[in-house]
Amino acid sequence: MKMLRVGRWITAVGLVLLAGVYVRALAFTSIEQSQGLAQKIFYLHVPAAIWAEMAMILVGLSSVFYLFTKDPRLDRFAASSAEVGTIFCAIVLTTGPVWGKPIWGTWWTWDARLTFTLFLFLLYVGYLLLRSAVPDPAMRAQYAAVLGICGMCEVPFIHLSVYMFPTLHPMPIVLQPGRPKLPGDMLTTWLLSLGVFTLLYVGFVVQRYALSYLREQLEAVGEVGGGHA
Amino acid sequence: MRSPKLLRHAWAVASKDLLVEFRSRTAILSAAVFVVLVLVVFNFGRDPTAISNVDLAPSILWVTFTFAAILALNRAFQLELENQALDGLLLAPIERSSIYLGKLIANLVFVAGVELIGLPLFALFFNVPVLPYLLPLIALIALATVGFVAVGTLFSAMTVRTRFAELLLPVLLLPFMIPPLSWAVLATGRLFAGRPLSEIAGWLNMLAVYDIVFVTLALLLFPATVNE
Repeated sequence: MKMLRVGRWITAVGLVLLAGVYVRALAFTSIEQSQGLAQKIFYLHVPAAIWAEMAMILVGLSSVFYLFTKDPRLDRFAASSAEVGTIFCAIVLTTGPVWGKPIWGTWWTWDARLTFTLFLFLLYVGYLLLRSAVPDPAMRAQYAAVLGICGMCEVPFIHLSVYMFPTLHPMPIVLQPGRPKLPGDMLTTWLLSLGVFTLLYVGFVVQRYALSYLREQLEAVGEVGGGHA
Repeated sequence: MRSPKLLRHAWAVASKDLLVEFRSRTAILSAAVFVVLVLVVFNFGRDPTAISNVDLAPSILWVTFTFAAILALNRAFQLELENQALDGLLLAPIERSSIYLGKLIANLVFVAGVELIGLPLFALFFNVPVLPYLLPLIALIALATVGFVAVGTLFSAMTVRTRFAELLLPVLLLPFMIPPLSWAVLATGRLFAGRPLSEIAGWLNMLAVYDIVFVTLALLLFPATVNE
């Protein structure tokens, strides 16, 4: 299938570029004064966090349109985006503690941002669990859409809460009102990394979308038990 | 004359559920016993010489209410599964959103009843003087309860027709309960510490916004969960 091949190519290019971003981040970007080498994780952590959240918003938006149009492609996209979002959330939740240990002196604290990233992750897991618990495809798509929309609407509340709690987490440095406060070469590296993560998101979603399409075709001819297991 | 009709139908659905509950009284009694047991478990789950009552009190109160609400919500659509009662309800010439509203009202009455039993017991067991802050505390409990019961009623309409319904509902619902719950716990802590009311106004506002957003959303989304 052509789409699957395209997805694989995008992902492959993304992974090569990711290695490139890391070479640039480690060897050709200045070292942050107070945090030292630990700060390098920022180039991985923040783009992953942005896409983990964007993926949830995209799940929500495609769910809204799904409820109006009942187009199975939108449901397939929402499912793919949720799975990729789960992975990105897992990246955020594993790179965070790696940075937290040398800088904060602890792997985990119940800080607002950490806690709510964990909720986002649990939200995704709940979404995927709900999908797997409904055998009927039409019903599954409807239910998933309802949950996806609720999930999207919860994201602003998560954000609001972040600013209401005392936090140890560094405040946003790039996505903030006014000019980014990041030195030039760091900003370039970060933007490159964000671009690469965007590419990876697209690559993963395209592959996942193609796979679920193929799976549905097989289910239709009765080759696999699919969601009825 | 659309909205009075919506409310009238909602009330019909709610009073049907409450009547069923009132005639048997099994669910409310089990929920009340459950609340007592959770409070007792909390008593044994802490070291009273190390942690003072007032420090742990807000968490005890809200964890108890959370568990009780989940228990109550699981039951909401379970009623309709017997004898395909849900199909009958859906065939009735009323709007789908009035079914949701009715279920929401019935659940709120039920959860409020459980909380009404739980609050004095909590004050008694943990020696927390709730009377001086009774009104703001009730406002806080009401606002937080509306928020998570609204989401819970919507979700239980979906989970009831899946496998592992009893397990899936808390898994889906808890991430949605945590934001209102965390505001409620912080505000309750301030109340018990005798801080001025102005300090909790922000949290009450947040809870009210949460309620408005999710009740509206659930009203709009509910029809999608029962379409065949």
